[in-house]
Amino acid sequence: MSTMSYALRDSTTMVRRRIKHMRRYPSLTIQLVGLPVVFLLLFVYVFGGTLGDGLGAGSGGRSEYVAYVTPGIILMAVAMVAMGTAVSVAMDMMEGVVARFKTMAIARVSVLTGHVVAAMLQTFFAVAVVLAVAFAIGFRSDANVVEWFAAAGVLAMLAFALTWLTVAMGLVAKTIDSASNMPQPLVFLPLLGSGFVPTDSMPAGLRWFADYQPFTPVIETLRGLLLGTGIGANGFGAVAWSAGIALVGYLWARKLYNRQD
Amino acid sequence: MTANITQPAIAVRGLRKKYGEKVVLDGIDLSVAQGKIFSLLGPNGAGKTTVVRILSTLIRADGGDMRVAGHDPVREPNAVRAAIGVTGQFSAVDKLLTGEENLLLMADLHHLDRREGRRRAAELLERFDLVEAGGKAASTYSGGMQRRLDLAMTLVGSPQVIFLDEPTTGLDPRSRRDLWQIIRELVAGGVTIFLTTQYLDEADHLADRIALLDQGQLVAEGTPEELKRQIPGGHVNLRFTDPAELDLAARTLGVAGRDDEALVLQVPHDGGVHSLRALLARLDDASIEVEELTVHTPDLDDVFLTLTEKKKEAVR
Repeated sequence: MSTMSYALRDSTTMVRRRIKHMRRYPSLTIQLVGLPVVFLLLFVYVFGGTLGDGLGAGSGGRSEYVAYVTPGIILMAVAMVAMGTAVSVAMDMMEGVVARFKTMAIARVSVLTGHVVAAMLQTFFAVAVVLAVAFAIGFRSDANVVEWFAAAGVLAMLAFALTWLTVAMGLVAKTIDSASNMPQPLVFLPLLGSGFVPTDSMPAGLRWFADYQPFTPVIETLRGLLLGTGIGANGFGAVAWSAGIALVGYLWARKLYNRQD
Repeated sequence: MTANITQPAIAVRGLRKKYGEKVVLDGIDLSVAQGKIFSLLGPNGAGKTTVVRILSTLIRADGGDMRVAGHDPVREPNAVRAAIGVTGQFSAVDKLLTGEENLLLMADLHHLDRREGRRRAAELLERFDLVEAGGKAASTYSGGMQRRLDLAMTLVGSPQVIFLDEPTTGLDPRSRRDLWQIIRELVAGGVTIFLTTQYLDEADHLADRIALLDQGQLVAEGTPEELKRQIPGGHVNLRFTDPAELDLAARTLGVAGRDDEALVLQVPHDGGVHSLRALLARLDDASIEVEELTVHTPDLDDVFLTLTEKKKEAVR
């Protein structure tokens, strides 16, 4: 077998290992999925009536707001799973078994790719749960099959990028606590972007941040694909941010994992 | 096996490692013959684990020339990794998986096919007395069971050289003995073992050769017997039935170490058979009746304390 197919085989083995962990200890996954669902219900039922009217389009009210907020909540779910990944990686690094992997003649990066691929599967599970709840409380999309696939692709890119970044955070963290604190801002980025309210309702400084932070173009692209609003340059922004974060996260994670001191 | 029989399994010259300003290893030379147990002995913080981490490709040395199973850990880390197995100080098992899953994971990573992997896992569970626990999560295992699983995982890949870093630290005496037995069986199968320990009796029981590491330097190296002979303190105890005999013997041999209560005379002795025979001849010539004779050779504790103490004095 070639080096490439060994790398694939070792990575598959590591993905299976992580999936076994997740299935055996589902409480972390439930937590990661639970928070976005709670936010969805909270924002739709508690704030949704008023916020929906403030959108100034369509019929307003709660039903308008479900449509508006769902893409933001989906990104929150993506960020939550990424945060969980930092914790899982930090916990894994504290176990002696990773030192064992490093002394074995296996594809070296496979421990990390195992985490990344398993986290992406976990992301899609979380997004599916959020979407199911959203549909149950009145979210409707006019997207066709191609647009759904495109939306899945955009989410996959962002999840891939954020996961590499949080893998690096898990590696650099000295304690489990710091591993869970470091990626915490990611979970709140949808709130400080166009996830929950339009950015033009914000004060100038905050609005500037909200317009230019990475989650906003992804949310707008998602909104465009699922609800038919305009995408414009946001599609390019989503791809560029994802590619940039993925590259930085990957290089940082690889450097940390390969250090020999 | 790629290495031929005359080549040492591990050869190290001038190994150095610093952490910041702190010198952890200060020029170490080692040679470990194939199929033997070599023990690196030293107190906590002496640098034992650092040696293992360098030789097993986990960290890089600052200087020195190394060969493990004929390969350089720096330039050919994968060739070294393919030849070694490491059981670290902190159990290197996946605690979230069961014992059997841990072994199957190793089989997959060694690219064994599914059937061969299952066969190997079953065989190792049996050999390490883990059949019953095989289906339970490793987090529920006792310290001794985790260590056995750890070692079993190391063996899935049939390594030529096994590093055992303080394998029995924290184990109860029974589990220690069990592990010693397993280690002996491994060596009987031709594997080379590099064992670090802070327990002198462990090195004494298991090792063919011992190197004493203290503050980053080797202070002695040799077989357990050679090490014991390096330092004074050996003696023969002679016990008598009556005080008159004791008196006579003390005068004949001209020694002062006597215990009149126990009727025991302590005679300095180097542990050699020749001088023991000479001692017995002198007692015979004087027609002295000895009730009991015991030879006390210094144990490794004596060696260790003496050698590390000497170094401290030299430093002062």
